[in-house]
Amino acid sequence: MLRKNFKILAKENLTRDIVQMDLRCSDSDCPAVVPGQFINIALDGFYLRRPISICDSDGDRLRIVFKVVGNGTAFLMERPCGSDLDVLFPLGNGFDISANGGCPVLIGGGAGVPPLFLLARRLLETIEKVNVVLGFNSKKEIILAEDFRRIGCEVTIATVDGSEGVKGFVTDALRSMKANDTFSYFYACGPRPMLQALSQELRIPGEVSMEERMGCGFGACMGCTCSTSQGSRQVCTDGPVFKKEVIFFE
Amino acid sequence: MTQRMDSRLKTTLSHITLQNPVIPASGTFGFGINMASLYDINCLGAISIKGTTVEPRFGNATPRIAECASGMLNSVGLQNPGVEKVVTEILPQLRKIYRQPIIANISGFTIDEYVELAAAMDCEAQVEIIEVNISCPNVHNGGMAFGTSPESATEVTRAVKATTKKPIYVKLSPNVTDITAIARACEEAGADGLCLINTLLGMRIDIRTGRPILANRYGGISGPCIFPLALRMVNQVAQCCGIPVIGCGGVSSAQDVIEMMMAGASAVEIGAANLVNPYVCKEIIEELPKLMTELGIEKITDIIGMAK
Repeated sequence: MLRKNFKILAKENLTRDIVQMDLRCSDSDCPAVVPGQFINIALDGFYLRRPISICDSDGDRLRIVFKVVGNGTAFLMERPCGSDLDVLFPLGNGFDISANGGCPVLIGGGAGVPPLFLLARRLLETIEKVNVVLGFNSKKEIILAEDFRRIGCEVTIATVDGSEGVKGFVTDALRSMKANDTFSYFYACGPRPMLQALSQELRIPGEVSMEERMGCGFGACMGCTCSTSQGSRQVCTDGPVFKKEVIFFE
Repeated sequence: MTQRMDSRLKTTLSHITLQNPVIPASGTFGFGINMASLYDINCLGAISIKGTTVEPRFGNATPRIAECASGMLNSVGLQNPGVEKVVTEILPQLRKIYRQPIIANISGFTIDEYVELAAAMDCEAQVEIIEVNISCPNVHNGGMAFGTSPESATEVTRAVKATTKKPIYVKLSPNVTDITAIARACEEAGADGLCLINTLLGMRIDIRTGRPILANRYGGISGPCIFPLALRMVNQVAQCCGIPVIGCGGVSSAQDVIEMMMAGASAVEIGAANLVNPYVCKEIIEELPKLMTELGIEKITDIIGMAK
């Protein structure tokens, strides 16, 4: 973990409440990021930092895509381009790329989609085909689908209201896919009920990225604890990515 | 390589000399081991390690963290691996990388548990002080229950004092009508020092759902918002007791350290600030000599309790 200053280079609303922000580290000594890791941003007037997943990373550039869920993220959204951000990063244990088994499927739900993008890019460096299944409430909430397609992923969309793609959840979309039987491994990030359903339903091994309210983001406060088969674990430092079988969802 | 510490920063707690008065507070620094990857933790005056109980504890349900203006609330609930693992695995790891004093923070649910914990820590050479936590607001039937009456505070203090030769510092709760009555009771029962304050019990509600944000409903408030209150209590206690006080509560800068010592603290614990800026203790230690020069302070111990 390092504390660095980042400048906001560009920002864009992807939907009504989801914002994409491009950041540049102000010094060249910028550590490499593992997909699934996150950053923790200090915001003036807010005591605690805001943990946000990394969507993409290239040299000294980071892309974050976050949902405005409260006053802190609303304040972040309103920061003008050129503003400086005090950032702790990279934080947490990311996805295990080497576990992919040759034919992985990436499954994202809503605001959980962004960290899968960097994962897809890294996977495509070693394997030819990456399937991506993305779930949203409706068509107007879809994010990053074109970005995944542009880098060569096979994208399947599910919407709860059926306004785009398969009507239903990502689990419905998976059942509808011809390739479903060929997947070797899954990587998932999204709402807890989605992760639970996937962990129980999919017969293949996989890993899930968990979310919890955090105090520090680096293992000092014991705020973001989850219950696992290996005992209590911190989402911020032991996770956020865990093998599916270790998480006690009940 | 540890840099040479400015000798003007030296202070003492009972017979123990600290190279400076800056101590990360229990529960905001883990056992120090993770933090050692950020900076050389040997620059610290001491470390108060994560509150330890007899049995391993998962702690409370999540969410355990909420925010407030200039501070935060936590309801962690003493998550820790239990004293056996702390003594056999964690302290030996810490000992390899850290040579300054350790303050062992212990929390019991019965008097016997406090005694068992004190006995275990008594055998640990690098543990210089035992911090007896009678003020955790986040566990039921224990913790703070001992810290809210002079009688039970006396009972715990006496039992722990009879168990160990190490100095015992009782960590006091601000969630009481008169903290000086509890402080005096601890002193009379044999406490070698006091540490105050622990967090103040508070609450936040999610206005979209009408439900408490913390799964445990209430949690302890910490951060700059409690600093003036902590300062007042340290000042009151320092004036009515003759034993050293570790000041704690919202301290976030070198200025706050000076202010806390002027109120009567012999050393200062830094809590919530570590969670926002993991380098804050190191930065304060580096800042203190400059600030002292600016303020014309020759030795930091000269200012202890000067705000009568």
